[in-house]
Amino acid sequence: MTAASIDQVFVNAKQALLSLLPETLRPGLSMAINAAAILGTFALLFAVATLLERKGLGRIQNRYGPNRVGPFGVLQPVADGLKMLIKEDILPRQADRVVHFLAPIALVLSVLLAYAVLPFGRNMAPIDLDAGVLYFFAASAATELGVFMAGWASRSKYSLLGAMRGIAQMISYELPLVLSTLGVIMVTGSLSLVEIAERQAPPAGAILGRWFVFTPWGLAGFLLFMTAAVAEANRAPFDLPEGESEIIAGHMVEYSGFKYALFFMGEYLGMFAASGLAITLFLGGYHAPFAFLGWAPSWFWFFAKLLALLAVFIWLRGTLPRLRQDQLMNFAWKWLLPMSLVNLVAAGVWSYSAAWTLPGAGFVRWASCAGLLILPALWLSRGWRARVGPRVYRYA
Amino acid sequence: MSVPGSGILKGLVETARNFAGSYVSPERLVTVQYPEESLPPPENARNFPFLVYDEDPDKGLRCVACKICEKECPPQCIYIVAERDEKGKVLKRPRIFDIDISVCMNCQICAEVCPFDAIKMDTEFELSRYERFGALLLHKQDLAKSNEYYRRIHPTEAAEVDARLAEDRARQQAKAAAAKAAAASPAGAPAPAADKTP
Repeated sequence: MTAASIDQVFVNAKQALLSLLPETLRPGLSMAINAAAILGTFALLFAVATLLERKGLGRIQNRYGPNRVGPFGVLQPVADGLKMLIKEDILPRQADRVVHFLAPIALVLSVLLAYAVLPFGRNMAPIDLDAGVLYFFAASAATELGVFMAGWASRSKYSLLGAMRGIAQMISYELPLVLSTLGVIMVTGSLSLVEIAERQAPPAGAILGRWFVFTPWGLAGFLLFMTAAVAEANRAPFDLPEGESEIIAGHMVEYSGFKYALFFMGEYLGMFAASGLAITLFLGGYHAPFAFLGWAPSWFWFFAKLLALLAVFIWLRGTLPRLRQDQLMNFAWKWLLPMSLVNLVAAGVWSYSAAWTLPGAGFVRWASCAGLLILPALWLSRGWRARVGPRVYRYA
Repeated sequence: MSVPGSGILKGLVETARNFAGSYVSPERLVTVQYPEESLPPPENARNFPFLVYDEDPDKGLRCVACKICEKECPPQCIYIVAERDEKGKVLKRPRIFDIDISVCMNCQICAEVCPFDAIKMDTEFELSRYERFGALLLHKQDLAKSNEYYRRIHPTEAAEVDARLAEDRARQQAKAAAAKAAAASPAGAPAPAADKTP
């Protein structure tokens, strides 16, 4: 098999499968196959991610992590899944049965919808929408509905307060999340994720791909996007909505059994989707980092980058303590939001200075864009030491 | 060290060092993988009582069925019936000695009140059973453990007990020897020097 045929193996397999069916059924079944593939792949990745996360966190804390079920604990997700399936599903007496039942489904469904526009490999985007980025944010923003449904339908003040906290956080971080991607859209002039990924391919003759993360605004945009994505996915250090040590899972407090597992699945799927978008927007999509590595299939590169970002998520969770609610809000509105606006200006300067031909223009371009980002960042962080300085424990 | 975000980087480096270090140097992983390996219990550990025997597990039991422990036991988990011979005379050994370890509260009072050093505290803790009632009621043969075992689990305490018992035995032998000598010698003979404690 040639490299190209391995690259297109899934696409060709789907075409072969569809050619067996009558013409009229093909469009619908094509979508069904796409949906089944996404559901299967990412549900499996969810299982693997829970194991990797527990193993990784264990090693960070000098523990072994799960090692009891199967060799090296690899069957732990199976055991967890079975446990979740056979657990009793408790419904509070006063709860709104229908909404309580629908909340986890709405959450997972809206996250899954966002996968429809991600290009997982060459020709492997389920739908190449012209407004892909817009659709992605529209679909993933609907997770807030699921969170609020969960908090409201449980008819419990703790659930409701937890949901309020969760929604406040998600809406606050939605803004920097969207604004940090605008630079890419501005430079590429396209909202289609396939188009954006293609624009980052290594140019003919070059070795290094033109990933947007290699530009000053792209690096800043990537960092801002990842910070906001961590908060959007309710992951540590922004896991206040769940806050298992303080508020015992917030909006999920009245959930148990498989519905509870669905919330976790939604959280992880949201994390993968955000990582997939970050890969497509900033990390070259499904392209290899170097032109000479192009023989590996494009989907391999996408999932390799996804696993790398997953490792970063786990690493952050193992490192950073949880923020306080006011710190969380201050960080979103007073730091991330202005910085993402400044980043937009930097992206504009970068794209308008592309035509400069003077000697040393490349250096000046870099320096001006980097300065444009670093100086506001320092100015916005002024007095940070006083704010986060050594804490005085008066009653301890 | 005054750049914002430097603390985060420092923390990330620290956790990365721990992550990599746990693969390189196994001594970082302090977890004892319990069912496969376990730490020896500390010398002063105790949980349930057992009966000490010398030489023979049945005949050699130090217990004389005096029932002091049965009376003193706060949760009353000890049940003793003394052995009787065919004439109904009470013999100085137990026929039944049961301890219900589902009731026992590991207080060590039985071991403290026993004048014969016959009941001591064990360190065995892997006692979970599939059956709730009979399996947790230990009988005389389950409770009987050798003095060597006692020496192994509580070396310091066992050495003390052994010394005391040896002293008692020596004193009794001396007394018996003296009594024999007194019976053999004519009346009015001076008391033998063996009366003094050795």
